[in-house]
Amino acid sequence: MKILVPVKRVIDPYVNIRVKSDQTGVETENVKMSMNPFCEIAVEEAIRLKEAGKAEEIIAVSIGNQSCQETIRTALAMGADRGIHVLTEEKVEPISIAKILAKICESESPGLVISGKQAIDGDNNQTGQMLAALTDMPQGTFASKVEIDGDKVKVTREIDGGLQTVNLNMPAIITTDLRLNEPRYASLPNIMKAKKKPIDQKSPEDYGVDVTPRVSILKVIEPPKRQAGVKVENVGDLVEKLKNEAGVI
Amino acid sequence: MTSLFYIEHANGKVSDQSLKAITAASQIEGDVHGLIVGSNIDEAVAEASKINGLSKLLHLDDAAFDNVLAEKLTQVIFNIAGDYDYFLAAATTTGKNVMPRLAAKLDVSQISEIVAVESADTFIRTIYAGNAIATVQTSDAKKVLTVRPTAFKAATTDSAECEVAKINAENIPSISEFVGEELTKSDRPELTSAKTIISGGRGMQNGENFELLDKVAEKLGAAVGASRAAVDAGFVPNDYQVGQTGKVVAPELYIAVGISGAIQHLAGMKDSKIIVAINKDEEAPIFDVADYGLVADLFQVLPELEQAL
Repeated sequence: MKILVPVKRVIDPYVNIRVKSDQTGVETENVKMSMNPFCEIAVEEAIRLKEAGKAEEIIAVSIGNQSCQETIRTALAMGADRGIHVLTEEKVEPISIAKILAKICESESPGLVISGKQAIDGDNNQTGQMLAALTDMPQGTFASKVEIDGDKVKVTREIDGGLQTVNLNMPAIITTDLRLNEPRYASLPNIMKAKKKPIDQKSPEDYGVDVTPRVSILKVIEPPKRQAGVKVENVGDLVEKLKNEAGVI
Repeated sequence: MTSLFYIEHANGKVSDQSLKAITAASQIEGDVHGLIVGSNIDEAVAEASKINGLSKLLHLDDAAFDNVLAEKLTQVIFNIAGDYDYFLAAATTTGKNVMPRLAAKLDVSQISEIVAVESADTFIRTIYAGNAIATVQTSDAKKVLTVRPTAFKAATTDSAECEVAKINAENIPSISEFVGEELTKSDRPELTSAKTIISGGRGMQNGENFELLDKVAEKLGAAVGASRAAVDAGFVPNDYQVGQTGKVVAPELYIAVGISGAIQHLAGMKDSKIIVAINKDEEAPIFDVADYGLVADLFQVLPELEQAL
């Protein structure tokens, strides 16, 4: 069985986000970029399934500019077998990403697609569900546990207030939540090895997908800043202020 | 223009998250119809029919929908999609699961977790975990939106009963099945809906010390959270995590204990109404966003706080 893992390049989660002064977006020039944390979890889960003998090949896909190759290399260094890079300078929306991935699913026929539940830049949380709709596959979103049993996959999902378990016919789409696993770091020998693994370069046109955005960003601003408040001397003061000044207890 | 709003319910009651999110639907010009789905849901249907702003309620009462799966619910909405211009749901784990699937079936983009309605095609939402606020405009004819409940006031359920109509389940796919559900049995509220949260960071030193937070949480009826540092150090499980890669919360009162205030954490809690920081390092960045700061040793403060409450 093949596992397809889409990976996204995003601003590193530990970098301070700066909104551009012309309000067109956030500053990405000379900013440290990383693989989206939820995608790392997806790559890790695919590798664990391969290590457990449930999968033979892991294909990492990234859609975006030339630098996305680095993100694919990261996935290859962790343990993915080969990459597909769909090169485009356009900011591709989830619906178009899902359409490209659906085409890749047609040609690669993976048994599972494991993606992050959301990217920490746009916070959309859409692509996996959209891909599931376009391919008529079932979806196990926000997964905290994945167990393959024959031609079904049992997925434990993080839902508001607890956990839900569903049984899905394969092929299926899984999106990862935080508790699924802790991604490994790539070792130096594996980073070297990853340089020799193949990455196929494609374009959205190769898949016949029009990536013209449907949603335009009119303005991006900074959130209102919080003002530092006051220091209190002791617990008594604190409780008094919370009761009488803030009225929250 | 007509909007269809998916109403969630549990134990015979309409969910508070849905009541809040439906207010966003009411701010869009035109009628708002509700859709409620489940099995033996008379009670919830009765309450939903009195939601202010709703002009019609569609309900599907079918044993096959005792538990609502995305594959099935999406088809139910898709079956009636021709009648509607807008499709909305609260950005709960159900809304987030179902609405993008619907959007793709309709071949439109989705706008996720809106916090304000600007006009018929323009909405405001946060990106980068709230570190930036984007105004976005969609060119799609049909619009699929999820709504962040904390950004809207709950609709009341005291209006006269609206028109109620039954719909049937058709063409429902059977590619997935429900196995079970394990809801956290806690007297404590859940992190994302709690009015008060007390969180611990690396300063807690170990997992056992989180009991000190538990005791205070008990007095306040609060949920207990943690910073990523505390989760990475193995003090508490990952589902405690508040922050960019964890849960984004906005309670009335957020108490950060032994948390330095990394960007990662601030992104997840800085929309809280009142923030209290307890830390022995007076230079800690958490004090820059705190309404009330207490520079002190948390191991002294927490038992005192428990006593004082």
